[in-house]
Amino acid sequence: MSDTQEMVKQLVDAHGSERTNLMAILQGVVDQERYLSDEAITEIARQLDLSAAQVYGTASFYSFLDTVPRGKYVIRVCRTITCDMKGKRQIIKTLENLLKVNIGDTSADKKFTLLETNCLGWCHKGPVMLINDNAYTDLTPEKVKEIITDIKHHS
Amino acid sequence: MAENKQLKRVDIIFSEECGFKEILSDALKMDNEKIVDELLNSGLRGRGGAGFPTGMKWKFTAQEKGDERFIICNADEGEPGTFKDREILFKVPYKVFGGMAVGAKVIGAKEGYIYLRGEYKFLLNDLQKHLDEFHKTLDALDFDFRIHIVTGAGAYICGEESALFESMEGKRGEPRNKPPYPTVSGYKGKPTVINNVETLVYAFMICRLGSEKFKELGTDDSRGSKVFSVSGDTPIAGIYELELGMPLQDFVDEFGDGDTKAVQVGGAAGFCVPRKKFKDTVIGFEGVPTGGSMMVFNSSRSMFNVIHNYLEFFEEESCGQCTPCRVGCQQLLLGVEAVKRGDKSIDYLDELLKLSQTMKLTSKCGLGQSVANSFSSIVDNFREEMIY
Amino acid sequence: MINLNIDGIDVSIEEGKTILDASRKAKIKIPTLCHHEDLCVAGNCRVCIVQQEGAKGLVAACAMPVHEGMKIHTNTMEVRRSRKHIIELLLSEHNADCTKCYRNNNCELQSMANQYRTGNEMFLDLVPEKNYTIDQSSPSIMKDDSKCIRCQRCVRTCENLQAVSALAVANKGGKMKISSFFEKPMHDVVCTNCGQCINRCPTGALIEVNNIDEVWEAIYDKSKHVVVQTAPAVRVGLGEELGFHAGSRVTGKMVSALKRLGFDSVLDTQFTADLTIMEEGTELLTRLKKALVDEDTSIRLPMMTSCSPGWIKFSEHIFPDFLENLSTCKSPQQMFGSLAKTYYAQQRNLDPKDIVSVSIMPCTAKKFEADRPEMRDSGYKDVDHVLTTRELAIMIKQAGLEFMEMDDQKFDSLMGDSTGAATIFGATGGVMEAALRTAYELVTGREVPFENLNIMPVRGMEGVKEAVVKIENPVEAWKFLDGVELRCAIAHGLTNAKKLMQSVKDGKANYHFIEIMACPGGCLGGGGQPIPTSQKIRDQRTKAIYEEDMAMPIRKSHENPDVTKIYQDFLGEPLSHKSHELLHTKYVKRERY
Repeated sequence: MSDTQEMVKQLVDAHGSERTNLMAILQGVVDQERYLSDEAITEIARQLDLSAAQVYGTASFYSFLDTVPRGKYVIRVCRTITCDMKGKRQIIKTLENLLKVNIGDTSADKKFTLLETNCLGWCHKGPVMLINDNAYTDLTPEKVKEIITDIKHHS
Repeated sequence: MAENKQLKRVDIIFSEECGFKEILSDALKMDNEKIVDELLNSGLRGRGGAGFPTGMKWKFTAQEKGDERFIICNADEGEPGTFKDREILFKVPYKVFGGMAVGAKVIGAKEGYIYLRGEYKFLLNDLQKHLDEFHKTLDALDFDFRIHIVTGAGAYICGEESALFESMEGKRGEPRNKPPYPTVSGYKGKPTVINNVETLVYAFMICRLGSEKFKELGTDDSRGSKVFSVSGDTPIAGIYELELGMPLQDFVDEFGDGDTKAVQVGGAAGFCVPRKKFKDTVIGFEGVPTGGSMMVFNSSRSMFNVIHNYLEFFEEESCGQCTPCRVGCQQLLLGVEAVKRGDKSIDYLDELLKLSQTMKLTSKCGLGQSVANSFSSIVDNFREEMIY
Repeated sequence: MINLNIDGIDVSIEEGKTILDASRKAKIKIPTLCHHEDLCVAGNCRVCIVQQEGAKGLVAACAMPVHEGMKIHTNTMEVRRSRKHIIELLLSEHNADCTKCYRNNNCELQSMANQYRTGNEMFLDLVPEKNYTIDQSSPSIMKDDSKCIRCQRCVRTCENLQAVSALAVANKGGKMKISSFFEKPMHDVVCTNCGQCINRCPTGALIEVNNIDEVWEAIYDKSKHVVVQTAPAVRVGLGEELGFHAGSRVTGKMVSALKRLGFDSVLDTQFTADLTIMEEGTELLTRLKKALVDEDTSIRLPMMTSCSPGWIKFSEHIFPDFLENLSTCKSPQQMFGSLAKTYYAQQRNLDPKDIVSVSIMPCTAKKFEADRPEMRDSGYKDVDHVLTTRELAIMIKQAGLEFMEMDDQKFDSLMGDSTGAATIFGATGGVMEAALRTAYELVTGREVPFENLNIMPVRGMEGVKEAVVKIENPVEAWKFLDGVELRCAIAHGLTNAKKLMQSVKDGKANYHFIEIMACPGGCLGGGGQPIPTSQKIRDQRTKAIYEEDMAMPIRKSHENPDVTKIYQDFLGEPLSHKSHELLHTKYVKRERY
């Protein structure tokens, strides 16, 4: 059994093998591997007695259930109009320069993925971004630099 | 001409008033019929946006046959410009749990779920801690009920109740055909009450305040107060609990920056009200309803950018199953771009307006039906900005 | 009963029915696209919208249950305008190159657009935005996303009817599409090639891979001797493509047409269907003897039929532990193929390399089957080209033949004679019935104890059927079967097959012999048959098959004189070394994922 298969098995054991547990299992894999690989989806399908296409079809519906490899830190910048009005574009430019990636891409060292996302629910404190599960609000280019430097230091 | 007045601030939702356990134990001792009557009398309507009377929802579900039923807290707050549920879950989670417990008692549910949007996953640990405490309280009150938290994964449409059930069942979040409604066939096909976070807190607090007290606030059609999420061109963006039924002009006077050109009421799915209509617009079910989102735009903003942003959002967040919504959103988005570029004539905007009306009439769920709200209110009121 | 009013007409209908059902009762036609009577309700295309008095907006007739006192209007200005918009939206996502399209003139979107006299220029053309791809990897099924209108009929077919789910809905919003696992080529996924998705696709997004041109080339090549075989179900389906009503028997006209098309010899898959009964029946009896008398525990029962290549691939993917239960007999198509380039070549004094062997099948999986590496026992590709019933109809039209006016001709001899038992291979339960007619008589020396040889318990459209045949007073050689109750089961459609197999796997069922056909109704409902399909159409084809059986002078496979002759002249006896070499095969385990 590969590591991925082992991980899926543990998640299925923890959550149960009914389809109602599919979301939790998919999220569990993404928490650990940042995306859903061919192997992970295949294994989930096997364990839940679904077809691989069904699991893939379900996963691909959800923006946070990525099916392409992502970096260790997935940055999602809110693209809603209110964040846009408060300087989202500058924030993205700053991140693109800092991480040397374009929006949608993953850095060469596989550490960062830079994405846009729909409303994060912090419109009074925009611009805002999520890094993995954590929200960062009231962003300025300076603040973004600090946050990224901090992450780079700590990892 | 309406008199300019200070908006009435209310403190029901976030009041850190002690005696939460008392309210809960009193409510759990109340007669089910009495609770439903209180809710019906209070005039409380769902605070997520659609505004279905909460008492009716509970009553219908309680009347359904079958041994298993569920109560679900819809915490999939995804409407652009809305952020009040996050704050409620962060500050007063126990009131949300309390509302669920009272609802569970009324309908006879043993299990409840909170569907928390993936974007709010950082709340999860604290919520779970509060929930563990809450379960102890329930045990002490000898009330057999458990709440589970499940998380979404980045899909706006899952805030639509039947899509939310589909998602909880491990499927794509595609809205179902209705009827049957959730009160008859919801999660796992069982009778289900699904309420917005804020609604549950009001229901809980009505057990404490009594319906008469709640009714003193608001208007005939829009009883009580509501938590507003205020953002955009305002010096005081944030979360405010206000009495319902205010004229939009009063709101702008208090929250605008002095140069307000338009207010988007109800998020991307809501209506854009231009300056000339501020005075005649009432915020509430009799006027322009809102799940709480109030986005303020001043005269420096391009309303083309605003509608373009909304259309990009809808084009991406449509579940894609029904034709008018899936293709209609793409056509509206590319259509306004083509008009702006000059590739399509100005008259094409009228074709797009007609199309948006078809989407409103024929889409399967509220998402596709509501695209026309912002589209027509922006295109009609700011037509010149769509062209030049 | 619920009473409602549609366009001024009062209708009464059972509770639980929809507005669409009620409108049909009132003889009002509401257009539909995502709706298909074989499938669950989707309510996603929205072309069936109608006005319900008192309702907000318009409602989807296919998904809205009736209730007392409902007042419905199906043809208001608002309804018509909205419906036209929806058709135009679908067209804007759709690559409408109708003249080249395989489904031209039999496309539900096209006919609806034509009714509304509209096209794809009303809105922006989204096709260039989409980077559509055509998946041509499979030998059976071609998937052209540019024609897809996302009605999800194929997805529901694959999931509900066939329990395969090789196709699913992926992504959301404008990117939503019908996809295989990770958009892999159809050839590389669990697809069984059954083609049921094709039968239910309203447009040309899913079609069979076309081999018409290869066949024309072979016909025009004077150095080639082109033989053609036709499966039983083709003769009760082909007429639908050529002006006849469903359930018309057009065997004689089909033979005439094939001769006119230029095939050198027009032969019958039914000949090898009879041969299959001899081989498979003997195999069953041999297995029973080994299991019951010799107590050989390595013998696997129940034995399962192997004629349906969709079912074979399904079991290779989903029930790989049961491959030894499958009869080793090749399907009639493949038996024919290997004999065409050996026995037939020898008898006709032809060099097998000059023979091109073509088959006309109600099936798309047969294209895959003919391509299997196991299917080269003649030393050549046993069956060179497989055409569906639909493709044959196209050839007949291309050749300008007036099919309805053609006279009836007979199959050529040598591998052209068959019996009624072979005809009923085309219906669910038919292989079982044919096998019982022969096996029972071989074992007891008497005909099966059913009136007119019609074994009614194995017939009909029930998903899983069971029958028990008690063997009494057998002849000496089969004495050990005296008193044995032969337990049989039949399933059609892979969802039913899966149910049946699961009960076998769980040890809940104790059968000796199982017949499984991948397609609903059996081959007559095959993925290569005329479109549309419905239960009514399948019933009509079924009726025709049994009429054809009754009309045959010989109705038991073992009485086919050509079969007797081939054993005398070439094969020896059933399960002989030679038949093992040419008529039997083996199966491969495939990954489910």
